[in-house]
Amino acid sequence: MSGLPKDCHPVITVRGLRNAFGEQLIHDGVDLTVCRGEILGVVGGSGTGKSVLLRSIIGLQTPESGQIEVLGENMVGRTEDEAKNIRRRWGILFQNGALFSTLTVAENVEVPIREYFPYIQPHLLDEIASYKIAMGGLPADAGPKYPSELSGGMVKRAGLARALALDPELLFLDEPTAGLDPIAAAAFDQLVKSLQERLDLTVFLITHDLDTLHAVCDRIAVLADKKVIAVGTIPELLALDHPWIQEYFNGPRGRAAAESYEEGAHA
Amino acid sequence: MAEVTDQETDQRHGSVYRVAGALTITRAATTQREIDALPDPVTIDLSEIERMDTVGAWIVYRTVRDRGAKVIGASRDEVSLLKQVGEFDVPTRVIPDEPHNLMAAVGELGEWVSDIGVTLVGLLGFFGSTLIGFANLIRRPKKFRVNAVVQRFDVVGVRALGIIGLMSFLIGIVIAQQGSVQLAQFGAEVYTINLIGRITTRELGTLMTAIMVAGRSGSAFAAQLGTMKITEEIDAMRTIGVSPIEALVIPRIIAAVIMMPLLAFWAMLLALIGGGVFVWLSLGIPPLTYIQRLQEVIPITDLWVGLIKAPVFGFIIALAGCFQGMLVKGNSEEVGSRTTTAVVQSIFLVIVLDAVFAVFFSNIGWI
Repeated sequence: MSGLPKDCHPVITVRGLRNAFGEQLIHDGVDLTVCRGEILGVVGGSGTGKSVLLRSIIGLQTPESGQIEVLGENMVGRTEDEAKNIRRRWGILFQNGALFSTLTVAENVEVPIREYFPYIQPHLLDEIASYKIAMGGLPADAGPKYPSELSGGMVKRAGLARALALDPELLFLDEPTAGLDPIAAAAFDQLVKSLQERLDLTVFLITHDLDTLHAVCDRIAVLADKKVIAVGTIPELLALDHPWIQEYFNGPRGRAAAESYEEGAHA
Repeated sequence: MAEVTDQETDQRHGSVYRVAGALTITRAATTQREIDALPDPVTIDLSEIERMDTVGAWIVYRTVRDRGAKVIGASRDEVSLLKQVGEFDVPTRVIPDEPHNLMAAVGELGEWVSDIGVTLVGLLGFFGSTLIGFANLIRRPKKFRVNAVVQRFDVVGVRALGIIGLMSFLIGIVIAQQGSVQLAQFGAEVYTINLIGRITTRELGTLMTAIMVAGRSGSAFAAQLGTMKITEEIDAMRTIGVSPIEALVIPRIIAAVIMMPLLAFWAMLLALIGGGVFVWLSLGIPPLTYIQRLQEVIPITDLWVGLIKAPVFGFIIALAGCFQGMLVKGNSEEVGSRTTTAVVQSIFLVIVLDAVFAVFFSNIGWI
């Protein structure tokens, strides 16, 4: 099942991706297309290679074979210089924020801007960092704080602010709500959704959070058996007869999330 | 790429800034500079714009905010983007405030002094808790972690043999070479053997080994414990009921205390061999004669002086390393700085103690 939406302009195309660590085969023939302007959620059990898929797409992991195209450019076997052009056009939020610990939050946000646009006036740069921090949903006093002074939720927001620094077309989020309390997680979902609408982003989102899947994702890709076994909306996936998918969405947590989502939709 | 099609400047009517193409982060610096150069009142004409991102919108927004500029020709999308960035206009600082004046400098000096005091008291406290740990182990010897200690023996001792041996061999050669050059001026080359024999057994064998062990193992102790502190392994240990002092610190201290004299002896031996090789090849003194002379000129007390100091140095190195490691909290950068401090602190303490020992042994007549 790989029926793409009709007016799909592919932003990420993965074809026949194969990844292995030594003897252990992680991916064997992964195919995936992400369309412009959608929020694609990637789910899968622990150890099915969700993060490895992300790392392959963003070029941190060289696949054994397969083709990866991001924003129309081939990602496999390219030089550092070529990769720079594409890195300017995406933003990545790592699972644990990956903030630079020796820099303040505001300086963290400024890092990508300084790297690509060194001639921006310092006061303008500070103002840009300020509104990106506000956009990431952080209070104003978070700017001069160091990452070790932040709570888990604030680290994620600061990471998001840094990911948004260059006005990316494409945003990668690796388990953005993991480790957050339900209120903070719901707020983060809302933040991602509203940013996606405002800035016209394409979002590639890895998550375990069923509420996030219901609340923000347009389509969901399911990783299992070393490949993407299905892509579609939740009703489309539920129509399939795959045991893992059934268990995932119809298990006790899956049903609770679905119910709360429907209540929210009716209210 | 955008280009500015027109910049009309008229002192009476102000100026019009007209952008065509894209107003994005790529052109942010130039755009800002051009707008800054225009006289008030500014009018920004967006009618020919194709694409604007949030940075472009921000530049327009701040010109409106700070200089009361007028925006004309904005489409609905652009107006909404301008409104959006306006919502996020919450000024925030980039770095924390830092006072820069004389008082701050004095304050820093005071903090530095008090830090030294706190560290020394802390080290003393840590020494006390290791002693308590030792006492607990003696009362309940079953809890003694033999495997951990043996593993440390391997890491601290066996694996250091190569580098310490090589270092000592070379030091032996250097002492012999430098000594013979100087002594030759008095026609006393034969005393080179006295020089090598006494300086390596009494001082250099132990001291150089201590410095090497501090760099090799003291730093490793600090880094290991520091990392375990950050990953909360040590907290986990405490909550399970395992004392980190007994499980982590004491095996390391025992390993350092037992391995230091052995390594020091090894270092003395290799330094003597290095010196022997040099006097054989350069001064023509055959090895047998060299060994005979060594027996005559080195009093046995020199060996004791070297070997008695070694376990004390080992103890200090392990204590300082573990202490600094346990002080780590917060971020990974601190592991690095604590490791550095551990090495500096232990080498400093070793040299201070070495001086104390030198005076002590001279006074008891072991000259």
